[in-house]
Order: sequence, then structure tokens, then C-alpha cells
Amino acid sequence: MCLGIPGKIIEIYEKDSLKMAKVDFGGIAKEACLAYTPEAEVGQYALIHVGFAITLMDEEEAQETLKLLNEMVDLENEIP
Amino acid sequence: MKYLDEYRDPVKVKTLLNEIASVVTKNWVIMEICGGQTHAFLHNGLDAMLPSQIELVHGPGCPVCVTPLEQIDRAIAIASHPDVIFTSYGDMLRVPGSSKDLFAVRAQGGNVRIVYSPLEAVQIAEANPDKQVVFFAIGFETTAPANAMAILQASHKNIKNFSVLVSHVRVPPAMEAILGSKSNRVQGFLAAGHVCAVMGFHEYPPIAEKYNVPIVVTGFEPIDLLNGLLAAVKQLESGQAVAENQYQRAVKFEGNESAQRTIRSVFQSTDRKWRGIGLIPQSGWGLSPEFQEFDAEKRFDVENIFTQESSLCIAGEILQGLKKPFQCPAFGKQCTQQTPLGAPMVSSEGACAAYYRYHRDVIYG
Repeated sequence: MCLGIPGKIIEIYEKDSLKMAKVDFGGIAKEACLAYTPEAEVGQYALIHVGFAITLMDEEEAQETLKLLNEMVDLENEIP
Repeated sequence: MKYLDEYRDPVKVKTLLNEIASVVTKNWVIMEICGGQTHAFLHNGLDAMLPSQIELVHGPGCPVCVTPLEQIDRAIAIASHPDVIFTSYGDMLRVPGSSKDLFAVRAQGGNVRIVYSPLEAVQIAEANPDKQVVFFAIGFETTAPANAMAILQASHKNIKNFSVLVSHVRVPPAMEAILGSKSNRVQGFLAAGHVCAVMGFHEYPPIAEKYNVPIVVTGFEPIDLLNGLLAAVKQLESGQAVAENQYQRAVKFEGNESAQRTIRSVFQSTDRKWRGIGLIPQSGWGLSPEFQEFDAEKRFDVENIFTQESSLCIAGEILQGLKKPFQCPAFGKQCTQQTPLGAPMVSSEGACAAYYRYHRDVIYG
């Protein structure tokens, strides 16, 4: 149930006085509520859980994690 | 898909597995709280690739599993009412009550509908003013913001035929209950990443310190899981016990404060019974006084519920990490995914369902 999937915000609109979005999950678009991520903009990725964005994905942190992992892989390859 | 695929890279997975193997020197018991992570470990076969010194035990982070039997029976009683449209997340429909499940209610003519978002339940109420629409508001801190918003929307729009059967639970009190138990074996935790996306992890440093356990906020992809595990093992091997975050792209220390404010405005802390485990003080959320009019338990007469658990099911011991699913005599025999005796065999987050689906009884049993 705590499954959350990152999706790309492709359209933002208002419905029943709530900030809503159309979110693309690799080709499948679904509606999500942005009430808890009011700063969200089109093009950003949000983590969607039961129809609500619970956080916006942090691109810098994502890159940092991958950079550290790549360094770990490189280091391992250097060891004979 | 972005933010998923790059965390499934087999080269990085192998590097992390090697790194864990090079760091570990002693035996460690580590619990992943969240049932979604249990399934991710087993689905990807990571559990079978870990060094033998690391034992994963599977936590109670399966909302479907811990929703108390009384609430399931109340849901079944309410859903059986002819004027009711009962709405729920799909996972709940197959959870066995004392005598049947919600699917059986539907088969017998009850109007039981699966919703993807709780806002859909509010829309159903608006579209059916002559019916009572009830939403089964269960889950951990992750679903609470969505469930709270549905109640707020119904309140703002003055929708009188909408109510909620609430059974919310929280992770930190469950961690403390496990750590405080005499039979506890857990030495380190992988904290549930999406719970922390909502709540942050400011509740964890005091727990890490009090019980001297590392707590690592962890995501759900193979690399996330191994990154979390590596951090926990490093702490254990060096004698550290702090709360740290290995899911930085989704989790901030303070969490989503807007979601937390809404939760606090709709819910208040309450004692909650966990199925198979028992009462944990202040471990759940119930409706706050100003939203009592939306309480389905008050709207329908469901006070006198007589519950009966399966005498074979050992879900409680499974959920506390005391036993593995294949150690249950009924596993794969009387209890299968087709004929579940307990909730952990039903849910896509239940440990028994994971062991059954990925044949871990054959590997470990």
C-alpha cells in the first residue's frame, strides 16, 4: 500500500479548489492531487501515492547518489 | 522510467553486494519495516544474495495485515447494509474477517467498490446522494494525507452522506514496541522510505539513541535497498546507532510539513490494536473531535462485534519478526494465496504472500 511511483507532471489544473495534475508514468497518464506539493511545476517528477503527490523528487540528490555509486563501481574495477 | 530504472542497474547491485560482504564480520539481524520492501527484496532475489551473516526479518509495515479483525468485521457489517456504497483500497477486499471477506459481501449483492484515491470516494458520495458512502480509511502515515484530504473535502462541500471507517497506524510506536519486547531480535532497522517522505525522520534519532539501534531511511529499488542495508551494516560493525537517510531523492529530515499539518487537523493520536500483535499505546490516528460527524462507527451500529481468528494462523509472530512464514504449519497447505487464513498471505505487502509467491519455503525451508 505504501507503493509510491515517481511520475512526470505534464499538466496542472484546479478541480474542486484543489491543485491537481495529470502525471505520466512511462506512458500511462493518471490524475494526482498536488495539494501537498503546491510548489510543483510542469516537467517536475513527483512521488505519487494513492492519487496524491507526497513529495517532489530531488534531482540533485538523485545525481549525488548515482555519482557515489559510480565511484564505488570504478573503485571496485581498479582492484585487481 | 526516470528515478526507477537507474536504481535497478545490475552492475551497481553487484558492487553493493560485494561492498556489504566486505564490511560484514559478525551476524546481524536487520528488520525492514515496510512490507513493500520485503516484497522488493524477495522479488529481486536480493535476500538470497546477501552474506550469510545478515538475517533479514520482516516488519509489520503492512497496513492490510495489521488492521484489526474488529475493523474488518465492522467493514463487512457496514458494507452488507443495503443503503451503503462501501469504498476501499483494493488490497482490503480479500482480507479474511471472522466469517468472510469484503469480496464475499460483493458477491452476495453488496455495493463494494475499489477506489484508487480517497477523493474518488467523495465523488461517489456526491453522485449518489440517496446512498451512504463509506470509505475504509486504513494505512500508515503514507495514506493519511490522502485520507485526511478526502474528509476535509467532504466537510468543505458539506457532503452529509459520506463517512469513514478509520484504522490508521503509525510506524515509530510499532518500532518501539518491537524494540521494547523481551523477545526482540532486531539490531538495526531499514525505515520505510515513503512513510518518511511524508513524516520526515525527526522521530527516529531519539529511538536510535534510546535502544542503541541504527535506523536507515531506505527506498524501494534494488540499489536503494542495498544502500540502506550497507549503511546499517556499517553502523552495526562500527558500534554506531544513529538515524540516517539513504533515500535522499525522496526524503527530507522534516518531511512534507504541509501534509503533516493536514493530518494533525483531521486526526488525533489514539491507542490502536494491531492485528496479531495487540494494543500499542498511541500507535494510531483517529478522527479529531471536530470531524466526529464523519465517523462511520458512530453512524452505523457496529459496536457489538464478535471476532474469531483462525486458530492455525501465526500472523502475530510473523509480523513481529519472531518466525518466518515457512515455519507456520499451515503455510502453503491450509493457507495459500487462493485460500488465505491470515492477512499476511493476502496483501501485496504481506511477508507470507512474498514467501509463497517467490517460493522461499523451497529455498530456506
